[in-house]
Amino acid sequence: MDCDHAIYRVYEYLDGELTVWRRRAITRHLDDCPPCANGFTFELELRRVVVSKCHEEVPHDLKARIAAALGLEAPQ
Amino acid sequence: MADQAQFSELTMDYMPALYAAAMRMTRNPSDAEDLVQETYLRAYRGFEGFREGTNLKAWLYRILTNTFINSYRAKKRRPDQVDLDDVEDFYLYRRMGGLESVNAARTPETEVLDALPDTEVKEALEALPEQFRMAVILADIEGFSYKEIAEILDVPIGTVMSRIHRGRKQLQKRLWEYAERNNLRPRAETTTGA
Repeated sequence: MDCDHAIYRVYEYLDGELTVWRRRAITRHLDDCPPCANGFTFELELRRVVVSKCHEEVPHDLKARIAAALGLEAPQ
Repeated sequence: MADQAQFSELTMDYMPALYAAAMRMTRNPSDAEDLVQETYLRAYRGFEGFREGTNLKAWLYRILTNTFINSYRAKKRRPDQVDLDDVEDFYLYRRMGGLESVNAARTPETEVLDALPDTEVKEALEALPEQFRMAVILADIEGFSYKEIAEILDVPIGTVMSRIHRGRKQLQKRLWEYAERNNLRPRAETTTGA
């Protein structure tokens, strides 16, 4: 496994979408290659940052609005 | 009609996540609220058809996605099927010098990520063409598997992978453009002088 092959699979690896064997081969490469390992960590960190920065406060009345709309649907 | 209390109990915990996804899809709070409300109404009407034991969260997202595509988006011109340029792997990490300077003492690349404003990250995601945006939202924000996303969006897994991967790299490109404009980048730590 060389760097290009490992990097090519970075998303499938981080998404947990690889077969056990492919996963293991990449893990072995990362153990031996700090630049790739740091890059994989960076990709994971980027995702964490995107998730936390895309957080939204739910409008306080949305739940009540939905409950009311469902109430109108329900048989009285 | 399904029992309202039971339906609410099972589905209301997903509301914050559905709202966050709706915000990234519609790009504004009032449309996002309408989209989530309409999603709950449709889910409630179709709840009889929901089979217990199947993935409730994925089912709700499928309704959210279809509602967005079919009704909300119908107000607008149907977006063109666009493609994205090929962007290399590790785009942002390379730009930040990650692969070249492992031994240099410098501020970590992750500090640059933390310095990106929330609004810029949201806008970068919202700027992705729709089919890429939906795939990235479902994968990265919601943590669905490729197979679940394929079912939610009703496209083959290969298409899902391609959209997620291309979408993510495009997102990195845009974030790098912002970082460059605002001079956010890892700096060598000065060992000389003050």
